[in-house]
Amino acid sequence: MKGISKLKSSLKKLFLVLFFIPLSAMADWALNMREGATPISQEIYNLHMVTLWVVTIIGILVFGVMFWSIFHHRKSKGAKAAKFSHSTTVEIIWTIIPTVIIISLAIPATKLLIKMDDTSEAGITIKATGSQWKWKYDYLDGVGEGLTFYSSLDKDSKEVSQRDSGLNPMESENYLLDVDEPIVLPVNTKIRILTTAQDVIHAWWVPDLGWKRDAIPGFINDNWAVIEKPGTYRGQCAEICGAGHGYMPIVVKAVSMDKYTEWVEDKKLAIAAEKNTSDIVLNMEELMTKGEAGYKAQCLVCHQANGEGIKGAFPALVKSPVSTEKGRRLEHIHQIIYGKNLMPALGHLSDVDIAAITTYERNAWGNNTGDIVQAKEVAEARKIPKK
Amino acid sequence: MSTLAHDDHHDHKPTGFKRWFFSTNHKDIGTLYLIFALIMFFVGGAMAMIIRAELFQPGLQFVDPQFYNSMVTVHALVMIFGAVMPAGVGLANWMIPLMIGAPDMALPRMNNMSFWILPFAFALLLSTLFMDGGAPAGGWTMYPPLVLQTGNAFPFLIFAVHFLGISSIMGAINIIATVFNMRAPGMTLMKMPLFVWTWVITSFLLIASMPVLAGGVTMLLTDKYFGTSFFDAAGGGDPVLFQHIFWFFGHPEVYILALPAFGVVSQIIPTFSRKPLFGYASMVYATASIAILSFFVWAHHMFTVGLPIKGELFFMYATMLIAVPTGVKVFNWIATMWKGSMTFETPMLFAIAFVILFTIGGFSGLMLGITPVDFQYHDTYFVVAHFHYVLLTGAIFALMGAAYYWLPKWTGFMYDERLGKIHFWLSLISSNVLFFPQHFLGLAGMPRRIPDYNIQFADFNMISSIGGFAYGISQLLFVYIVIKCAMGGKKAKAVSWEGAKGLEWSVPSPAPFHTFETPPKLTKEMLEH
Repeated sequence: MKGISKLKSSLKKLFLVLFFIPLSAMADWALNMREGATPISQEIYNLHMVTLWVVTIIGILVFGVMFWSIFHHRKSKGAKAAKFSHSTTVEIIWTIIPTVIIISLAIPATKLLIKMDDTSEAGITIKATGSQWKWKYDYLDGVGEGLTFYSSLDKDSKEVSQRDSGLNPMESENYLLDVDEPIVLPVNTKIRILTTAQDVIHAWWVPDLGWKRDAIPGFINDNWAVIEKPGTYRGQCAEICGAGHGYMPIVVKAVSMDKYTEWVEDKKLAIAAEKNTSDIVLNMEELMTKGEAGYKAQCLVCHQANGEGIKGAFPALVKSPVSTEKGRRLEHIHQIIYGKNLMPALGHLSDVDIAAITTYERNAWGNNTGDIVQAKEVAEARKIPKK
Repeated sequence: MSTLAHDDHHDHKPTGFKRWFFSTNHKDIGTLYLIFALIMFFVGGAMAMIIRAELFQPGLQFVDPQFYNSMVTVHALVMIFGAVMPAGVGLANWMIPLMIGAPDMALPRMNNMSFWILPFAFALLLSTLFMDGGAPAGGWTMYPPLVLQTGNAFPFLIFAVHFLGISSIMGAINIIATVFNMRAPGMTLMKMPLFVWTWVITSFLLIASMPVLAGGVTMLLTDKYFGTSFFDAAGGGDPVLFQHIFWFFGHPEVYILALPAFGVVSQIIPTFSRKPLFGYASMVYATASIAILSFFVWAHHMFTVGLPIKGELFFMYATMLIAVPTGVKVFNWIATMWKGSMTFETPMLFAIAFVILFTIGGFSGLMLGITPVDFQYHDTYFVVAHFHYVLLTGAIFALMGAAYYWLPKWTGFMYDERLGKIHFWLSLISSNVLFFPQHFLGLAGMPRRIPDYNIQFADFNMISSIGGFAYGISQLLFVYIVIKCAMGGKKAKAVSWEGAKGLEWSVPSPAPFHTFETPPKLTKEMLEH
């Protein structure tokens, strides 16, 4: 019997170790906040640690007294209950001491908050606009002014995160924390970051910068950061914004000013190239391939992989009038460009992307209209006013 | 004492459906609230199990993100409005008249309505789970514009909230009227048990805050259906206005959840320490201070919306200040224990655990109140850890302690002490395994209200989920203990606990259907202090 229970216990231990190894290989046992990449994030970390120490010491003292009492003042040990029931002196002492402790925490907190409030004299200003469910970045001032692009969850994460995808997130280090277009910023420059939103409240948070700020539709908040260490910093939306809330991360790449200026030039060219797609002509196979990728990136989260949508919330595209009737082709394209009700506008996508998605939706899942939509048709559709 | 012997032969009461549906008896209505709360605890608990199952590993295994958000939303609404608040009101109904020597509540028919509104309101809310478009999924905090994207469930949500508010307001009015008018002669306000004090103060919080919530959700309703734009910038409004209105209710609300728990613990600890509550007057003033201060701190839930700096500073100072009277209460409980003659039956175990764990929740609360650092904690699992410490290992532990404490009085039988202790230890260990790691997750950067997460958060999520499943299963033991106790066991004495003091222990166990039909003559021994 002894041998078997020993074996059982060893097997249990082995199982636990093997079970947790793959987890711990890539996962983290992080216990604490990070110090971050900016002087402010460092100050925030320091204040956090001071407060943590204060409450830990208070806890040890208070619970220590309590446990001592539990062990010594028990009936089973023969303790006889005392009769005292109040003491004004003691009440005064244990009111004043906590008040002093609190004031001494409030003073550095006040100083830090005042520092964080000063967004003036920034070298570069960017605006982050949250929408369901991605970020749009505009470089408004300083080197890079005029750049605008969208930043969405990267393709791999999108695939792996599908329910029953059969793919293992543990194999991607930046699962749900990577995007197709990171923001690039220069180090050692004061960056002013404006936040706002298109539809519902979102929040822009990069822990390494030390703060988050809500992105509120119709209002603009501002904040600032000076990134001292070059590197890649990842964050997430931090205000519930619907089904895609967990799927709209933020990636900031901080590089030297030289590298940044290079990137700005390259980006400007890339964006210009993407704009002029209306002359591109593709065949059905190419459109379906490109359209499927575009559908996965932009539409799947609501309309689902099988095009069935979610009853009562997101309409089905399978056999839907808009995606199958010949007379509603323009309406279909317009709906993608302008959105409708809860569906956000996707007009920022290039003509060829919208053409591919439209073609895909009109032919996939047995819709089989045979319709081919080219980029030119989309460009024309933009000129026709929406009904 | 002799006046009480009459009560038994008055005991003709209706039976069956009529007894329960038309009850005007504070004991029966108290029982209804408590049973309802226990059922809702499991409904909300089942949703928590779904949440923790999905978060057990990275990847999306069981539910889709929209449904996940519904679970998060309805779990909170059910636990706050369906479990903790009704349980507190159930205790108030049962115990306040007994503690002050009154025959019943001041307004017994309104009392009945206050209860029966609850199953109706929750039928409205829970029915949305089965609707097209699903249950509300914008968080229990219902922020616009997101909440306005709710489909068919939206009016059900709003009306459920209205009815819940009406029930609470009526209950609060009843408690104030009862305590201010029906105390036995000689029981001055400063001689009342602290549980009664905490409920009186809670009642004022309810009356002041619930109508504000009603106003806010009505503005949501008109924004969605009647063309107003209170919360829509395009029409001249502001989504943040809702947050101010909501949290003006929301912050006193969390004290509404906590204060009755404070009251319970203030009853249990003196009993099992065989020593009077230390600093009674100080406890009353501290509770009142907490209640008053609670109206000045609401924006600490909104530190990241972009308030002007003077606002941020004011709310930071007020928030940090609340720690002082709360600390005073903790010190007074410990001073009650100090140099007592303690035994550790199940109610005392829960009460002691409350003091420690609520205090830990208070520590993370203080940390959250420091605005510049809150910019890192806000909307992360650090907040989730904080409020579950104060609400589960805080309020709910106290409520369970109360159940064990007063079950002998309610049923006439002692519950199974061995099983009670097992339930306690299982709950204590599992709830800490469940929530302590969430502090680390929040500090490491995991946001709230997400169904899936990066692999760096995998380990602690797995541990947390295991704690969650263990906690959920161990609560079934509590149901077994309660039912077993109601069905029989060792007969309970009138004074069911050796150190118990107060009027409720001067009536038989189980308490007769009608008690104190004539006011008791108060002697020094009958009073707690």
